[in-house]
Amino acid sequence: MSELASESISTARPLQLEVSDLRVQIAGHQGVVRPIDGVSLEIAPGEAVGLVGESGSGKSMTLKSILGLLPPDAKVTSGSVVFDGTDLTRLSPSRLNKVRGRRIAMIFQEPMSALNPVMRVGNQIAEGPRVHLGLSRAQSVARAVDLMRRVGIPEPERRFRAYPHEFSGGMRQRVMIAMALSCDPELILCDEPTTALDVTIQDQILRLLAQLCHESGTSLMFVTHDLPVVAQVCHKVAVMYAGRIVERGTVSEVFSQPLHPYTLDLLRSAPDVDHPGQSLVPIPGMPPSLVSPPSGCRFHPRCQFAEDDCKVSDPPLRLLEGDRATACLHFERCLDQIGTN
Amino acid sequence: MSAVSAAPAPAPAPAPAAAPVRARRARWYRQPTLMAGLVLLAIILFMCYGAPLLTTFNPDTQNLLQPLLGVGQGGHLLGTDQEGRDTFARLLYGGQVDLRVAVIAVIFPFILGTILGSLAGYFGGWVDAIIMRIIDIVVAFPFFVLVIALVFVLGTGEKSIYIAITAVGWVSYARITRGEITVAKRQEYVLAAQSGGLSSLRIIGRHLLPNVVTQSIVYAMSDIVQDILAIVTLSYLGLGIQPPTPDWGTMISAGQNFLTTQWQLTTIPGLAVVITGLALSLVGDGLADLLRTGTS
Repeated sequence: MSELASESISTARPLQLEVSDLRVQIAGHQGVVRPIDGVSLEIAPGEAVGLVGESGSGKSMTLKSILGLLPPDAKVTSGSVVFDGTDLTRLSPSRLNKVRGRRIAMIFQEPMSALNPVMRVGNQIAEGPRVHLGLSRAQSVARAVDLMRRVGIPEPERRFRAYPHEFSGGMRQRVMIAMALSCDPELILCDEPTTALDVTIQDQILRLLAQLCHESGTSLMFVTHDLPVVAQVCHKVAVMYAGRIVERGTVSEVFSQPLHPYTLDLLRSAPDVDHPGQSLVPIPGMPPSLVSPPSGCRFHPRCQFAEDDCKVSDPPLRLLEGDRATACLHFERCLDQIGTN
Repeated sequence: MSAVSAAPAPAPAPAPAAAPVRARRARWYRQPTLMAGLVLLAIILFMCYGAPLLTTFNPDTQNLLQPLLGVGQGGHLLGTDQEGRDTFARLLYGGQVDLRVAVIAVIFPFILGTILGSLAGYFGGWVDAIIMRIIDIVVAFPFFVLVIALVFVLGTGEKSIYIAITAVGWVSYARITRGEITVAKRQEYVLAAQSGGLSSLRIIGRHLLPNVVTQSIVYAMSDIVQDILAIVTLSYLGLGIQPPTPDWGTMISAGQNFLTTQWQLTTIPGLAVVITGLALSLVGDGLADLLRTGTS
């Protein structure tokens, strides 16, 4: 695994962010959609947590709901997002703005569209410190140049005045990282930050992000569908399926001993450098419709171990030893499956 | 952003560093509409504001011994009007007044419309509903009828013209800006700005408006033409610029009594309105073309 993931994190530390039973619904044309249906997550200071799942599993939506950035037609119906003792879902817009960018920053998937095309990159980086830290123009410019140097942008004094279109994809994502770090946040939310980049750049960006967060003790919440990325950056991982978390645990535990058939299938459908030549097994079927999700366990129509009771009873996320949790009624079968391979 | 300059970023060949600049400059010069408009406008501006260099006559000095002289008579290039004032001098000094009032009359509705339009577009909901209903009411009246009625109520003079044109003209800018902002606010950079904890007003002012204001600027060019027409019309009706201040509208209206004998008294200021309108329209169209190819 990675340099970061190998570090042991004590579970006794106070939680920094606690998402409890979060539910979001969107009133759509075909009925009410519940993209997030009872998600609970926690992050301790300095920890990096990965949130993985297929497209439409609600992982991005979960991330956005933490900072109240849901689209106008979506709303949080129940649950809480407690950050440092305050429930962010109940904050007024102006008080929420004091958390956004200042204490919790966010990095987006597409660095081209997430940067303002007609504003100089340096000014975009300097804006946060000016607004949140009350720096003067000169101070914020100096800070932006320093940040650009820290994220590895060559000739920051000159590049300060460049526009986003003059930068390559990797450089733009470095700008996004500099923006996220600009006010020394306690937590950075990353929404698939490397998906739009090619693999070599992806690796550079991930290393940079992990290193900078490690240096400053910043926690990281990392949304991706890319399992190797989670393994490289995160300590813990939560697997989402159809708006729910189906499995949770440390990266090493979940990846070596998945306790949910969906996680097992996910791992088998991704290439593994340690076992080249192993054939990839696609997951049959499609993610379920969130308008009318399947009864019982939402994964049962695609599950290889599904029994009759899976179709009826809706399994909650059960806590096992340590931080390990699974929502599968027959998780022992996964262990058997690994044993036979 | 510019499609041309977006292409070469890390410079593989030796030339690209200078290439985008040269391409943009070439495009700028190769725009015949814009160039024609700019040249024409430059000539008009030079003639109006360089009037003391072009004529020695005072536009307000009457010479009742030499009224209604024809073109070229008595040393008057375009003759004199019924009070013996030099037509050429009045044409040039009148242009100063009309152009100044038109430009100022475009700035106020531009500002008001852009502010209200961006609020409506960004916040949506009831803010949008209220602003849009007000726009519907204003649009329900023909532009000239409403402007003339307002000036009539407010009393004649420059200030009334500004108020009337602002009260009626802002709706176009509001509609343009609202439409543009409604689209632009869905861009990810707006979400990114929100996630950075920036206030709504800051996001509108610093992030959205610089991205969308070009459309309003292009429209403002054609709006100046409409404003010149409005000012000339108001003056023609006696509601605008008041005599003895020279202005094209009053010149046309005063000259129409002598149309059969001294046709140049109405035709020449009329032509001046047409040519100025043409110049500004060309600039507006050229600018629109330039920005259209520049964006996307």
